[in-house]
Amino acid sequence: MLAFTLRRAMQAVGVMIAVGIISFSMFRFAGDPVNQMVAIDTSAAQRAEIRKSLGLDDPVVVQFARYFGNAMQFKFGVSYQFRQPVADLLKERMPATLELAICATILAIVFGILMGVYSALRRDTFVTKILQAISLIGISLPTFLIGILLIYLFAVVLGWLPSFGRGDVVQIGWWKTGLLTASGLKALIMPSITLGLFQMTLIMRLVRAEMLEVLRTDYIRFARARGLTTSAIHFGHALKNTLVPVITVTGLQFGSVIAFAIITESVFQWPGMGLLFVQAVQNVDIPIMAAYLLMVSLIFVTINLVVDILYTVVDPRLRATISRPA
Amino acid sequence: MTEPVLSVRNLQVEFVTRRNTLRAIDGISFEIAKGEVLGVVGESGAGKSVTGLAIIGLIDRPGRIAGGSIYLSGMRIDDLPPQEMRRIRGKRIGMIFQDPLTSLNPLYRIGDQLVETIRTHTNLSEQGARKRAIDLLAEVGIPAPDKRIDAYPHEFSGGMRQRVVIALAICAEPELIIADEPTTALDVSVQAQIISLIKRLGRDHGTAVMLVTHDMGVIAETSDRVAVMYSGRIAEIGPVRDVVQNPLHPYAKGLMGAIPTLVGDAARLVQIPGSMPRLSAIPPGCAFNPRCAFAFDRCRIERPEPIRRGTQAVACHLYDAAGKESAA
Repeated sequence: MLAFTLRRAMQAVGVMIAVGIISFSMFRFAGDPVNQMVAIDTSAAQRAEIRKSLGLDDPVVVQFARYFGNAMQFKFGVSYQFRQPVADLLKERMPATLELAICATILAIVFGILMGVYSALRRDTFVTKILQAISLIGISLPTFLIGILLIYLFAVVLGWLPSFGRGDVVQIGWWKTGLLTASGLKALIMPSITLGLFQMTLIMRLVRAEMLEVLRTDYIRFARARGLTTSAIHFGHALKNTLVPVITVTGLQFGSVIAFAIITESVFQWPGMGLLFVQAVQNVDIPIMAAYLLMVSLIFVTINLVVDILYTVVDPRLRATISRPA
Repeated sequence: MTEPVLSVRNLQVEFVTRRNTLRAIDGISFEIAKGEVLGVVGESGAGKSVTGLAIIGLIDRPGRIAGGSIYLSGMRIDDLPPQEMRRIRGKRIGMIFQDPLTSLNPLYRIGDQLVETIRTHTNLSEQGARKRAIDLLAEVGIPAPDKRIDAYPHEFSGGMRQRVVIALAICAEPELIIADEPTTALDVSVQAQIISLIKRLGRDHGTAVMLVTHDMGVIAETSDRVAVMYSGRIAEIGPVRDVVQNPLHPYAKGLMGAIPTLVGDAARLVQIPGSMPRLSAIPPGCAFNPRCAFAFDRCRIERPEPIRRGTQAVACHLYDAAGKESAA
C-alpha cells in the first residue's frame, strides 16, 4: 500500500516536471519578455542590462532550473500588467475559485447521487422522467448559456440574487471568504449551480446506470433472498458498489470544475483565478498564464492521487491487487 | 401424518410481455416433509428455478404468480404483503444460488454480511451475532472461522464461498432451504463436499430441502424424492429409487436413459430427439408430445393430469386406463 502510494507520488512528480517544461517554454515562444517591459526608446545597452539582471542570457537549462526552483517556492515572477508578484495575485484570487468549485462539486455530488438513486429505484415514475429531462438539459446546454439564463431569471426578472460579484467577504488570515456573510452566500448560489449543473447531471446518469447494473447482480438477489430490508439492500449493498466509478468521475471532474470555472467566473464576474487568467490572456501576461497552468496541473495531479488511494478504501479487491507489485 | 413444511398447490407463474403472456409454471403441486430432500430436475427453462423463486417470493416484474397457493408449515405465504414476505425470506426459507462467485457482495467482509443477516432476523447483539457467525462458519466447514470471518469474499475459493453462502442461508435456522443448482458452478470434487454438507445440515436440523439441479447424479445421491419437470409442469414425481429404476413418463425414461454408466457399452449416449418447446410455442395437449415416441391422438389434444401409480405420480395418458386402450 505504501509502495503503491509512493510510486503514484513519483509519477505525479514526473507529470509536474513535464508541465513545468511546457509552462517554462511559453515564455520563450511568446516573444522576448524584455520587449514587453521596456519602452520603445530604451537603448540596446539598457536592454542588455535588464536581460542580464533577469538572467535571460544564461543557458536554457540553467534558466529552467531556476524557474522550476522558484516555482517550487511559489515564486512565479511578476505580472506584466499588474506589476505585482504572480504568487500574491493567485493567493488573493484562489479562495474565490476554490469556494466556488467546492460548493459546485458538493452540490453536484449530493443532488447527483440522490437523483441517480431515485431514478434507478423508481424507474417509471413521473418524477424520474422529469429528472431525466433536466439531466439532458444539464448535459447539453453550454455553461455560459445556463449562467446567462439564470441571471436573466433570478437577477433581472425576479431580482432575488445579485447578477455578478462575490458579495461581502470576510478576511480570515490571508483567506477571503464569502461563506460567512449573507450577501456572499447569496452571490454564491447562481455561480455554483451554473458550474455544478453539468457535473450533477453526469453523476446522476452515472449513478443511475451503475445502480441499475448492480441491482441486477446475483449478490443483490441473494441479499433479497436473505430477507434484508429494502433500504439496507439499496443503500448498504447497491449504492456502495456504484461508488468506484462515481469517485473516479467526481475526482477528475473536480479538476475540470476548477479549470472551467473560467467561463462561469467570466459570466458572473467572479473575482477568482479563472477571471484573472482570462484577463492575462487578453493582455499576454505570460507569468500569470504559466503559473495558472502549473496550479491547475498540480490540482489535477493531486486529485488523481487522492482518487487512486480512495479506490482502495472502497474496494478491498483493489487492495489485494495493489499490494502485489505490478 | 404431520403437516408438510412446504405445500405447493396448482401453482401458476406468468410473465407478461408486450406481445403476450407466457406461462412459465402451469399448475404444479408438490409437498416437502420435514427433513426431506426433494430433488427437482429438468432441462434449462423447464421452470425449476422459477418455482424456487416463486416459493421465496422473488418473482420480479414482469413475472407474477397467476394462480394456486403456497403453504409454509400450513401458513399461506404466496399472498403475503411484501414486508411480511421479506421477514420470512432468510428466516424461515433460506435460498442458495448457483454461482458462489457472484452471490456475495464483494465490498463487505463475510463476517459483516453474516452479522447483518443474523441481526435482521434475530435480537442478537453485535457480539452475539458475531459469535453465532463464527459457529455457523465452523458448522459449514470453514477452517479457522474466527480468523476467516474478517476476510473478504475474493479471498475464498469457489467451494469455500459456497460454504459461506450456505452459512448465510441457514443462519436463522430456516424450515426450508431452496438450493438452486448449488453445485453447477463448482469443481466435481468440490460438488460432492457441498452436496454432503447440504444433506448433513438438512438431517441435523430437520430442514426440508428443495434441491434444483439438472444433474441426476446429484439427485440420486442426496434426494429422498424427485420431481421431473418439463415445460412448466411436473411430468413425474416419486421416491428417487423408484423413479430412477422404473421411470414411467416417456420423458423421465429418456432422462434416465441418458445417464452415462460406468459399465456396458458407452459408445453413444441415449438422447431425446428434439428440444423443449419455447414458452411462446407450447403445443396443445401434452407439451412433450412432439418428442414422444409413444404419442397418440389424445396427447395432441388433451393435457394429461397427474395419475397415481404406486409410489409415483405421472402426468401421461399412457397410464390412464382409457389412454391405454386407445394406444393398444
